[in-house]
Amino acid sequence: MHADPKGVLTGTHYLDGDHAAAEGACAAGCRFLAGYPITPSTEVAERCALRFPMIGGTFIQMEDELASIAAILGASWGGLKTFTVTSGPGFSLMMENIGLGIMMECPCVIINVQRGGPSTGLPTLPAQADMMQARWGSHGDYEIIALSPNSPQECFDLTIEAVNLSEQYRLPVMLMMDECIGHMTEKVVIPLAEEIDIVPRRWTREKPDTYLPYKPCDDLVPEIAPLGYGYRFHTTGLTHDQRGYPVLNAETQEECVGRLMDKVNKNAENIYHLEKHNLDDADVILISYGISSRVAIPAVGKAREDGIKVGELRLITVWPFPENLIRELAGNIKAFVMPEINYGQVVLEVERCVGGKCKTRLVGHAGGWVHDPESIYQAIKEVAQ
Amino acid sequence: MPDPRYWRKPFDSDKVKSPKGVVYVIKDRCKGCGFCVEFCPRGVLVLSVEFNKKGYHPPEVVHPDRCVNCDLCERICPEFAIYSLNQDEIIELAP
Amino acid sequence: MTVAENKKTIGNIPEHPKSLLLRMDRMPHIWCSRCGIGIVVGCLAAALEKAGLSPDDITITSGIGCTGRVAGYVKVDSFHTTHGRAIPFAVGLALSRPDLKHVVFSGDGDLVSIGGNHFIHAARRNQNLLVICVNNFTYAMTGGQLAPTTPVTARATTAPYGSFENPFCLPNLAISAGADYVARWTSLHIRRMTDTFEEALNREGFRFIEIIAPCSTIYARRNKLGTGLDLMKYYYENSEIKHDATAEELEIGFQTKIVVGKFVDKERPSYARAMNRHLGKILGKKYIPPEVGGPQ
Repeated sequence: MHADPKGVLTGTHYLDGDHAAAEGACAAGCRFLAGYPITPSTEVAERCALRFPMIGGTFIQMEDELASIAAILGASWGGLKTFTVTSGPGFSLMMENIGLGIMMECPCVIINVQRGGPSTGLPTLPAQADMMQARWGSHGDYEIIALSPNSPQECFDLTIEAVNLSEQYRLPVMLMMDECIGHMTEKVVIPLAEEIDIVPRRWTREKPDTYLPYKPCDDLVPEIAPLGYGYRFHTTGLTHDQRGYPVLNAETQEECVGRLMDKVNKNAENIYHLEKHNLDDADVILISYGISSRVAIPAVGKAREDGIKVGELRLITVWPFPENLIRELAGNIKAFVMPEINYGQVVLEVERCVGGKCKTRLVGHAGGWVHDPESIYQAIKEVAQ
Repeated sequence: MPDPRYWRKPFDSDKVKSPKGVVYVIKDRCKGCGFCVEFCPRGVLVLSVEFNKKGYHPPEVVHPDRCVNCDLCERICPEFAIYSLNQDEIIELAP
Repeated sequence: MTVAENKKTIGNIPEHPKSLLLRMDRMPHIWCSRCGIGIVVGCLAAALEKAGLSPDDITITSGIGCTGRVAGYVKVDSFHTTHGRAIPFAVGLALSRPDLKHVVFSGDGDLVSIGGNHFIHAARRNQNLLVICVNNFTYAMTGGQLAPTTPVTARATTAPYGSFENPFCLPNLAISAGADYVARWTSLHIRRMTDTFEEALNREGFRFIEIIAPCSTIYARRNKLGTGLDLMKYYYENSEIKHDATAEELEIGFQTKIVVGKFVDKERPSYARAMNRHLGKILGKKYIPPEVGGPQ
C-alpha cells in the first residue's frame, strides 16, 4: 500500500529532526497525536498541531504524558494510526501504559527525543541514556522494537518505518532520537506518496462468531477487529486467553507472554535494520547508533589512515538486538568499540553476546555534549594494539 | 401482604387491570443477597431454605399470583439471576 | 431483545433477558454477594435497550478495581485498561470513532484519585464521554483502603482509627470542572438510574453519573454497618431526591443523608464539535475534518 498523498509533503526541505519526524508521521498515515509539551521534543507536536487540521488528523494536547499514551492507545483501537512524542521525564511517565500497549497488542509509535537525565537533568542537551529504559522500562517481561536515527532525513524515514513495524507486529515501537538530532537542521527529501510503502492495519477477515481477538496468525501476530462491527470483543491488560478474557494462571501467562516475546524474537531477522561497512576483514568494529555514529566518522577515518582495519556496524534498530551477528563477529575480531552518550547501556548487550571472545570498549560519558571524535579514535587505537 | 412501606394504592386501581407476571429464578447464579426478596413491592418472594450449588439460599416464589411483572427483581439483582416475564409473552420451551 | 428472540436457555428456563448485552459465558462474575455493581451494569443494559441502541453502537472502557471489571462482563467492544487511565483511553476512542457512543465505567478511586486529573480535564474539554462512577467509598479490590471518597470517621485498612481527610464530593467536582450533565443515584434507585442512563446516552459532551453502591464485604463490615442489604435499606430510608441541591447539600458524611437527583443538564459543544467548528472557521476550505478510524 502507498502513502496517502494528503500527508506527504513531497519535495526537498531544510528541516530539523523534530520537524522531519512530524512529517514522517504525517506521511506514514498517522492521524492522531496526543502529546504534552516537553523539551526537546515539543517541535514535533507543534508541527503536527499546525499540519494535522489540513490532512484530516486530530492533535490533542493532553493534561500529562500518562494521558497522552492512554489516548493514543484508545485512538489506535479506534482504528487510527497514532503516535506520541516526549522526552525523558515524560517517557518515564508513559511506562505503565507502554506495558498496556504491549499486552493489548496495540500498534502505536512513541518518539523519545532523549535529553540528559536522571530526573529533569539537561532539558536542552543531548544524551542516549534512555536506551535501556526503552527496552526494560515497563514492568514484566516483553520484547520491544526501538529505532535510532542519525540525521533529520532518517527522522523522517524511520518514523515511517516505526509506524509500519508497529502495524505489522502490533506493538508500541520506539523512535529513540536525541536532542542533537532533534535540533539539527539538514536537507530532508520527502519522496512522492507512491514511493512510500505503508503497512495497513491488520483488520481481521474472520466473521464475528468465529473471531478470536488473540488467536495468532502464522507470524504469531493476531488480527484486529474494528469497533462497532459486531465483534463485541474484550481486551484487557490482565493475562488473557485467545478470547481476550482474563485467565489468571501460570499456563495462560506462559502462552500469553511467551507469544508477546516470540512475535518479536522469531521475526527479528525481518525487523533488523543495520548498516554495515567493512566488517569482513575488520580487526576492530565500531558499534554505534544515533548521533554517536556520526561523531565517530572522523575517528574511524583517522584510524584507517593509521592502517587499523576498522569495521562499522550501525544499529538502526537497537531493539531487538542483533545477538547472532555480534556473536559471529566476536570470533573474528580483536575488539568492539562502542561510543554511547551514557555510562554504558547497549554496550552491556554487546558484552553479553561477545561472551569474552574479544574485547569490548565503551566510550561513554554522562551527556550534555556529543563525543569528541578524538576519544573514540584513542579507544580504537588502544584496542587495536 | 406486601410490605406497606413500599406499596401505595393507585387511585385508578379498580379500573386498570394489572399485568400478570411470571418470575424465573436462575438458582445457581444467585448469591443470596436478598435484594429481590426485600424490595419486591408485592411480596412475591422469600429466601428459600434450600442451598444452591454455591451454597447460597436463592429466592423462592411463594405468591406467584401477586406478581405484576414490574421488573424490579430483574433490575435490582446484581447477579442477573432473576427476572419476570409477562404471562402473555411466555413461550413454552421444549422439555 | 424480545422474549421470542431469546432462544438460549439455562436449565429449563429461558436465559436472562439481558443476556445479549452481557457476557454470560463469564458468569458468575467476581463481585461479592450484596455488592451493588451488578445492579448498575443491569441498569445500563436496560437503558441501552430502552434507548434503542445496539451493542454495536457503544464501547465500554474501565480502569482497575472492582468496578473496573465491568468491561469484562458487557458484550460490547470493551476495554479493561490501567488504573486511572480509563478516561484518557476513552478520549482516544471517542476522537477516533465519533460515530459511536463511549462509556467509561469505573470506581471512585480509579476515577478521582489516580485518575483525578484526567477526570477534571475531560470534563473541562467536554469530551464526548458518559462517565459512570460506582462509588462505594473504599478501595474494595485491594481490601478496603482509604479512598478519596471515604467519609470522615469511616474506617479503612489504611485509616484504622477512622478517616480525618476531607473527601471529594464527586458531583461537585464534576460540576466545577464544567461537566454538561451531572446526576447521582444510589443502587436502589433502579428506575431513575436507568432513565438517567438512557437520557445521558443520547446526549453529547461530558456526562457524569455517580451511583452510590454498597460494598458489603469490605466497607460495610469494617464499619459495622451490617451487610449490603442493610445499606440498601439505609439508602431507602436516607436518600432524598433534590435536583436543585446546593453544593453543601451534595456532600456525603459518614452515614448521613444522601442527596440524589439530576443536578446539571446543559449543552455546550463537545471537544470534537468545538474543534471542527473553530478550525473550519479559521482554516476554511483548507480544513479537513478528522478521519474516522476503521476499515475504509
